[in-house]
Amino acid sequence: MGNYLLRRLVQVVPTIVGISILVFGLMRFLPGDIVSLMVNPDNPMPEDQRETLRRMFGLNEPIYVQYLRWVGGIARGDFGVSLRMSTPVTSLLFQRLGVTVELALLAVAFSALIAVPLGVLAAVRPNGISALSAQVLGLVGLSFPSFWIATMLLLVSSLYFDWQPELIWISPFDDPIANAQQMFLPVLSLSLALIAVVMRMTRSAMLDTLSQDYIRTARAKGHRERIVIWRHAFKNALIPVMTVIGLQIGGLLGGAVVIEQIFGLPGIGWLILNAIYQRDYPVVQGGVLFVAVGFVLINLLVDLLYSYVNPRIRYS
Amino acid sequence: MATYQEVRLPAVDRGTRPPRRLLRLPLGRLVSRPTGAIGVGIVLLLLVFAVAAPLLAPFDPIEQPGKRLLDPDSTYLLGTDQFGRDILSRIIYGARVALMVGVISVSIALAIGGTLGLISGFYLGVVDTVVQRVVDTMLAFPSLILIIAISSVLGPSMSTAMLAIGLVQSSGFARIVRGPVLVVMQEQYVEAARAIGAHPFTIMYRYLLPNIAAPLIVQTTLAFSGAILAEAGLSFLGLGTQPPDPSWGTMLGDGRKFMELAPAVAVFPGLAISLAVLGFNLLGDALRDVLDPTLRRR
Repeated sequence: MGNYLLRRLVQVVPTIVGISILVFGLMRFLPGDIVSLMVNPDNPMPEDQRETLRRMFGLNEPIYVQYLRWVGGIARGDFGVSLRMSTPVTSLLFQRLGVTVELALLAVAFSALIAVPLGVLAAVRPNGISALSAQVLGLVGLSFPSFWIATMLLLVSSLYFDWQPELIWISPFDDPIANAQQMFLPVLSLSLALIAVVMRMTRSAMLDTLSQDYIRTARAKGHRERIVIWRHAFKNALIPVMTVIGLQIGGLLGGAVVIEQIFGLPGIGWLILNAIYQRDYPVVQGGVLFVAVGFVLINLLVDLLYSYVNPRIRYS
Repeated sequence: MATYQEVRLPAVDRGTRPPRRLLRLPLGRLVSRPTGAIGVGIVLLLLVFAVAAPLLAPFDPIEQPGKRLLDPDSTYLLGTDQFGRDILSRIIYGARVALMVGVISVSIALAIGGTLGLISGFYLGVVDTVVQRVVDTMLAFPSLILIIAISSVLGPSMSTAMLAIGLVQSSGFARIVRGPVLVVMQEQYVEAARAIGAHPFTIMYRYLLPNIAAPLIVQTTLAFSGAILAEAGLSFLGLGTQPPDPSWGTMLGDGRKFMELAPAVAVFPGLAISLAVLGFNLLGDALRDVLDPTLRRR
């Protein structure tokens, strides 16, 4: 296990380096540089002052020096300073992290709770109503954009239930009930796509395992069907389901950007998007890097869990 | 893997000669299943909307003929939006935006990603390693976030949205193409082509490409729905197609501020997005079932 862990950790390094180069390079495509973005066009700054600012930001140095300086800062936890709020990007990111983590965790938990039993049921009774509804839900969930679902949920709740979401985010540690009320619709709209994917995967993985020889053996031994399904088949079917949940977290983080915006939840996505609207590029740069690296680390974690559950992976 | 000593009569013909036609599309089998028929139907409907928009739309999509925020009635079948524009006409014209985004983004993805995947699987070695590391990096980003970042850096517009979506999708194509290429590279006809000294370009386009067409077509169809969804999301956030062009995402994003007064502004554009994405998803699933029995899901 230790060996495998080390190998996977080493594999992650080039990806993270690649991410940092891509994010850094992307920001170089901006028209003008940070100084010209900071300067108010109605009140132009003399060229020598701009030059001083450029030197202050190290923009007169070769590009690889700038990159190394930026990466070096991040390694020490310094993502730079917001142009608009004059706050360190690092503290902005950590302030917002909780909301996004809560949203993502709740969405994963909620989706698994709905999708896994439904997927199992659809595999066990392929001609039943559950199989049909699973198929419909699978297609609808993958096709209906989360931002439209969210809009419709808001519309229905305000028109028919006269319900207005709180405008200020309430931490679950301060008031769990108010927080749950606030998070319910965002989680619901974010979950639909995840439910669809997880359910389809559960169904096909269950069908796969149910056709295995050891299932026939278990049945031949006279186990009750419930034991065969849950203890023999389900446990093995869970492995690919775990992977697919890990892979979907990227989609979840992308979806969270839009959902946080719609519901006014001050998460990382909300931070990045509003930084884009305000052309606050250090925040965009730090936020995108933060999310991408987080996504890589989550997938690493899923891989390690996967190898823990399925020892064959480790030795291949 | 077959060796030269083996004599397998029926396989000689199949194994040494590459298929003549690029792909035989079994259209009959495609529409014989309900999901395939619905998928084909929706995509055809979109095509008709896009091509014949001026003939079908009762009003101009940009002019403001009516009163604002009217509920659907006999003149304005789907109501009017916050500027008094006919929603139905804007949805019909919106099919043009959606299909154009699909065609251009997917073409970019196919051209860049497909070529990289071919080269990567053909040459292997250093080329393969470099390409696949770049692909790894691209795939490490949540795709919508990368699309948002690229298009906002390039300046929000429909063309930058298409470029951003195409670039991000190309990583998926590079990954999807490489696998089947590796398999086909083991075929005898590829070996034969190499033995007679065929140019690598010839091998890739005459021998490899037709034989990986099935997974490629499936991926292309599914990429269409991904592109339409991504453009709608970008435009919803105001980072894609700019007003007054009738993009469904823009209509939904701008209209939702008024939806409590007139739900039609938010309901119908969203339905249009969902229907278009559903159509391409159904078509892609059906194509996968028909073209690639090994990938068939149960």
